[in-house]
Amino acid sequence: MTERLFEGADWDFHTLQRITDACEEVATKDLGLDVYPNQIEVITAEQMLDAYSSVGMPLFYKHWSFGKHFAFHEASYRKGLMGLAYEIVINSSPCISYLMEENTATMQTLVIAHAAFGHNHFFKNNYLFKQWTDADGILDYLDFAKNYVMTCEERYGRVEVERTLDAAHALMSHGIDRYPGKKKLDLRAEEKRAGRRRQHEEEVFNDLWRTVPKGASKTRSALSIERRRKLLGLPQENLLYFLEKSAPRLAPWQRELLRIVRHIAQYFYPQSQTKVMNEGTATYVHYRIMTKLHQQGRISDGNFLEFLQSHTNVVFQPEFDDPRFSGFNPYALGFAVMQDIERIVTRPEDEDREWFPDIAGKNDVMGVLRDVWANYRDESFIAQFLSPKLMRHFRMFHLHDDPEERAGIRVDAIHDDRGFRRVRRELARQHDVGFIDANIEVVDVDLSGDRRLILHHHVIKGSQLNETDAKRVLQHLADLWTYDVSLIEVDANDKVLREYVVSPRPIPAAA
Amino acid sequence: MPIHIIDRRLNPGGKSLENRQRFLRRAKSLVQGAVKKTSQERDIKDVLEGGEVTIPLDGMHEPRFRREGGTRDMVLPGNKKFIEGDYLQRSGQGSAKDSGPGEGDSEDAFRFVLSRDEFVDLFLDDLELPDLAKRKIAQTESEGIQRAGYTTSGSPANISVSRTVKLALARRIALKRPRKEEIEELEAAIAACTDEDERVVLLAELERLKARTKRIPFVDPLDIRYRRYEKVPRPVAQAVMFCLMDVSGSMSEHMKDLAKRFYMLLYVFLKRRYKHVEIVFIRHTDRAEEVDEQTFFYGPASGGTLVSSALHAMHEIVRERFNPADWNIYAAQASDGDNSYSDGELTGMLLTDKILPVCQFFAYLEVGESGGSAFDLSDSSLWTLYDRLRNSGAPLSMRKVSERSEIFPVFHDLFQRRETSQEKAAP
Repeated sequence: MTERLFEGADWDFHTLQRITDACEEVATKDLGLDVYPNQIEVITAEQMLDAYSSVGMPLFYKHWSFGKHFAFHEASYRKGLMGLAYEIVINSSPCISYLMEENTATMQTLVIAHAAFGHNHFFKNNYLFKQWTDADGILDYLDFAKNYVMTCEERYGRVEVERTLDAAHALMSHGIDRYPGKKKLDLRAEEKRAGRRRQHEEEVFNDLWRTVPKGASKTRSALSIERRRKLLGLPQENLLYFLEKSAPRLAPWQRELLRIVRHIAQYFYPQSQTKVMNEGTATYVHYRIMTKLHQQGRISDGNFLEFLQSHTNVVFQPEFDDPRFSGFNPYALGFAVMQDIERIVTRPEDEDREWFPDIAGKNDVMGVLRDVWANYRDESFIAQFLSPKLMRHFRMFHLHDDPEERAGIRVDAIHDDRGFRRVRRELARQHDVGFIDANIEVVDVDLSGDRRLILHHHVIKGSQLNETDAKRVLQHLADLWTYDVSLIEVDANDKVLREYVVSPRPIPAAA
Repeated sequence: MPIHIIDRRLNPGGKSLENRQRFLRRAKSLVQGAVKKTSQERDIKDVLEGGEVTIPLDGMHEPRFRREGGTRDMVLPGNKKFIEGDYLQRSGQGSAKDSGPGEGDSEDAFRFVLSRDEFVDLFLDDLELPDLAKRKIAQTESEGIQRAGYTTSGSPANISVSRTVKLALARRIALKRPRKEEIEELEAAIAACTDEDERVVLLAELERLKARTKRIPFVDPLDIRYRRYEKVPRPVAQAVMFCLMDVSGSMSEHMKDLAKRFYMLLYVFLKRRYKHVEIVFIRHTDRAEEVDEQTFFYGPASGGTLVSSALHAMHEIVRERFNPADWNIYAAQASDGDNSYSDGELTGMLLTDKILPVCQFFAYLEVGESGGSAFDLSDSSLWTLYDRLRNSGAPLSMRKVSERSEIFPVFHDLFQRRETSQEKAAP
């Protein structure tokens, strides 16, 4: 019989090494995973809280909102409202997984299998991550960002930097390029470029030029509207990008800060589109690895039971009328679909052959799954692979809530032959970030007039912006733009539903 | 593939400290309000424990564009009975919209724990206490001695050998004083030399070196350095605070509450300066007794009024337990100002002869009813007496207060006035 990896709950660093080696063997040989080099770090609960509050990144610039999140997490943690995540994993190369010291040996094995092999493989192979993130460069870039923010604080004052970062954070979810076309981020080159830009600015700065009289400006009407819009890259849905490039009065360092926030938002964009898949993958992988280790006799029955209990908790899906319900659990949904794919590939029924002719009975489970992991995001994953069997299993149904409808909320479709496709399509749509985030874009700038910035919000299904928040965000936007900003909410027929106009706040004189 | 396993547990913790401080700075006014509210509900000593405060999360809201309203579609798990075309009641069970009543609240406010220092900083911050009271406090400090670099003059006991030798060495090198080895080397060369001409040259060189050695001393008075010591003020480690209160029937709950707030401020303030602060609660009617905090503020008592009894009790306690040489003594007296006429002289005498000489600071706080209409009419007997003492030069601080909101300003004022009166007295 193979030697046990550990006995009981205790572990030390040799144990971790043995565990990792054993997991790696299963991951690469049995599952054929392809991962970034791994780096595993053992941390305390407090450090885990730290990591939480700076969106899981090991080094981040300083900002009060991270302190707020820390205080909030800490309070709920102390009150026992919230358990800590067992792990945090970073999409970087090497891929860094944090393990909490409190975990038992079984939990450490679970976490290593889950994060260091499951997530890691997904990060390295999914097309969205390949397209949008630069795993090699991210840590260096964050280091650069941290130092850059610090330097700015020294030079321009903490208050000024905070003002700019606050504004950038408010617009962060609108600082993303949603469609590829531009080249992939290269954060190392980005960092070098930033350095050169700053150097250039410093070299060419000559205070004398400020006093040189300017020549008569070109007549603005000469620029046709079309040409003007084209020059400004309009319409533009990446608000941070637009401000960085076109806001007239930002200091170079402010543009750089917007750029940093934008790059970070972009880095996290794939994660928000692949929650179900990413967690599903990691859960599927840890389940396979743990089962295999148990079969090999490297994990005792007792420890395997401990694992099963945690695993069951992780993939628990409360029903809609359960007080614990808060939407679909990405772990549960992702894991269920992947297990179902395994079933369809190896033991298909007639229904599966009809719904999934391409993969039913193909027998190469890992081949199919690796392909799925590489080429889908949540929306397309659900749209393609959620089977009738699973919809029945979860007893899914589709509700349509129209505030105008007096009778109440209508059940539009249930898990029956008539409803499968509609339920599946609707659930997929709910996982489409493009659909979840408000669709806001800069449409024009009144350059010849008062330089007002004009934005449109394309209202879908009558869902308008929360007024209080919208005004506050627009205030930040106006402060950066330094002229009036107007946001018009229009419906599908271009009918104006509401208009906001916000003026910039006066900038206090620099101390 | 090699796998790195790293133990980060020993990494310096508190990575979040900086962010936390920024957050507190940002939320300062909110937290301060919460701190004040919290401190009102606490006992004097608990104020310094730090602890939980609740601040509205909304005040620290970070806005985002959020959509709301409109028609909504959702796919949910767990359908047991519905079929297509059914309707669910909106308010009733079955709507995903309904969240538990507790759920929304967690976003509105959250409690977090302030450390002792954070708590007191915020508590004292808008009082601007430290600056106002600096002068007084400086005098309560004893002097200590600490190293303060080197000097060219001083007592022989303080010669710093290492520093002196270091300077001498530098000077010898700079002035090219011949080293012992060089001379020995030359002497050996002379002894071994056979050529007469060369020998003469070498001898001359030896003479030159020896003369140079004499001219440039090994240690010059110029090199000598003495360790310098500087006197620095050191806060004295302990203080005692006497809370004297008239509890005769005329003192209402409101008045006691005012007094309590004042004592609390004084305690917090002293606690910042001293490692150890004792509080002595003395309440009096026509006789005085030492009691615990609970009895002091909440115990019922009634009777006539003899202020001198409290002063006498304080004097006795000082004599027994708090030697003025070892203790910094503070006293704050709260009263509605009533005293029996016959007691005036004794009170004045006790204060001037016994109490004031041993006190760092004596404050008299005259408390009045909220609204205080009768309060302004005429000075009370105690006020008149203290005012007279003060005019004749007794170091007394006194103020009237009738509203809670006046406590902080009055506290400032008391310390400030003390300071100016000293400035007047100093030159």
